[in-house]
Amino acid sequence: MNYEILLRDATFKESRDFIRGNFKESIDVQPGFKIFDVYVIGLPPIAIGLDGDFVIFPYTKPCHGTFLLRVEDKDEAARLRLLKK
Amino acid sequence: MLGCPQVPVQTSIAFYLISRLKKAGITPVVAGNKAANTLLVVSDPDRHYLGEVMDLDRAVAMITEKKRDFDRCFVFIHNDAGVSYAATMGAISRAKLYALVYGEHFDEQVKKIDFPCTVIAAKAVHNPLPLKKAIDEVAPWAA
Repeated sequence: MNYEILLRDATFKESRDFIRGNFKESIDVQPGFKIFDVYVIGLPPIAIGLDGDFVIFPYTKPCHGTFLLRVEDKDEAARLRLLKK
Repeated sequence: MLGCPQVPVQTSIAFYLISRLKKAGITPVVAGNKAANTLLVVSDPDRHYLGEVMDLDRAVAMITEKKRDFDRCFVFIHNDAGVSYAATMGAISRAKLYALVYGEHFDEQVKKIDFPCTVIAAKAVHNPLPLKKAIDEVAPWAA
């Protein structure tokens, strides 16, 4: 999976605020929501950003905090948009 | 559920908690990243304390997929990621949740915990005794 790191070693709140402040389109999901092959970790609600065919989501590791990743995937973006309805 | 092993007390408190749970007839399962798990495995080569040890991401996946769950869950927290993992366990598991919060800035992490759980917190970095004392006061193995 090719990805771009928008934020690194961030807090969970910084990640959520970044998505809500920088992307017009987003959805809220619960912890454990599966996106690509990752189960999202965090305090609910977890914001997932959508920007065209790009999906922006937090990826948390115990030693490195939360990374905010931007991944291009038309099908996943479409799947997530369907959840908004 | 172990956090980053950057703070020394985690490994010692994990062994202490495992010991108390086992004496109470409770079977502990450890989930952590490779470094945190390896610290425990190398420290207990004859497995006097340790039983099952699993990868943290695998544990989250199994619980989310409802292939596995637990009665109690103790999440070790000394940073923002630890709070995120605890909140996740609160959302995906039916376990009674305990947040073990420690480290130099433990009070900052405690303030972020706004989900149902029992918070056990102490300023403990190198010396595990303040956290051990806080755990003993709650005695989660007796709950």
